[in-house]
Amino acid sequence: MPISIQQSLTIIAVVSLCTILLRAFPFLVFGGRKEVPKTVRYLGDVLPASIMAVLVVYCLRNVDFAAMGHVMPSLISCLLVVGLHVWKKNILLSIGMGTVCYMVLVQAVFV
Amino acid sequence: MENIQGKRAYIGFAFKQSVPVMLGYIFLGIAFGLLLQNAGYSFVWAFLASVVIYAGSMQFVLVNLLTAGAGLFYTALMTLFINGRHIFYGLSFVEKYKKMGKAYPYMVFSLTDETYSVLCGTKVPEGMSEDKVFFWISLLDQSYWVLGSVIGALAGRYITFDTTGIDFSMTALFVVIVVEQWREARSHFPALLGAACGVLWLVALGPEQFILPALCSCVLILILARGHLQASAKPHEKQDADAVSGSGPDSEEREGS
Repeated sequence: MPISIQQSLTIIAVVSLCTILLRAFPFLVFGGRKEVPKTVRYLGDVLPASIMAVLVVYCLRNVDFAAMGHVMPSLISCLLVVGLHVWKKNILLSIGMGTVCYMVLVQAVFV
Repeated sequence: MENIQGKRAYIGFAFKQSVPVMLGYIFLGIAFGLLLQNAGYSFVWAFLASVVIYAGSMQFVLVNLLTAGAGLFYTALMTLFINGRHIFYGLSFVEKYKKMGKAYPYMVFSLTDETYSVLCGTKVPEGMSEDKVFFWISLLDQSYWVLGSVIGALAGRYITFDTTGIDFSMTALFVVIVVEQWREARSHFPALLGAACGVLWLVALGPEQFILPALCSCVLILILARGHLQASAKPHEKQDADAVSGSGPDSEEREGS
């Protein structure tokens, strides 16, 4: 261990506390009221679709779009996931096949 | 407490919903445990961190903070920055969670990217309590993460199987949920907006800084586009909205009120 037990525990506690504060934020601000503001209800309804799209971008954020060998595994696998899911509508199949496809591509094809 | 049979049905259903997260969390957890172990911390620390922090990417950064002996202010700042996106997840569950009694604090604590996504995509069968299903999914998800971390710290060195790329399961999970939401959405504007904001801010600010501005601009634009979008909102939302604004274009209404 590079630093003392106490120091390690404090760092973990700070990270934990800040993370909890962030997750609790909307509940602390809006949860105490009798009626949740209409704007929050509206956002709760439409925001998930935006967030999911941003999260996909977030997952692909380190893909180097200038390098073909770097783009292809992600691109092919994402298209496979979309295609499979539109066709079979089976979450596990889509995710499982997509992941296997990606692993094969990065480990054996586009090395 | 309900009977064992009922509980089993809930855990079974929740398990099925959480399998995609299980794949990702166990392997990412192993990677984290191994990293922490290499930094000189035993499995007890991996367990502790995954129980009290429970935030994937942040725990990888935590390893660096620990090895560098980072200051507390810097640690807090990094955490707020990296996990800032979590502020937005609760917005969808404020009303629901606050009625969940004993489980409320845990539900708030355990709202990670992946749990949020699974919960958004879960359709609870009739006759089952949504609260219980949500609770079990949340708890199972965290147990995968904790389990993975401990395995990684204890036995990560002995895994010789090449797991490169297995983290794509998380990307695939998000993609699947986008597809599902796309199929059900009356308006594709929120999804397209998310993609556009994500890409634009990524190009502008680079991979480490784009997500917060991207999410903030989504929220702002969605609020601005509210009048336009309400025509395509869910029936009950629309009634609420119309009751407030009183200005919804009636010609758009097809549900009746």
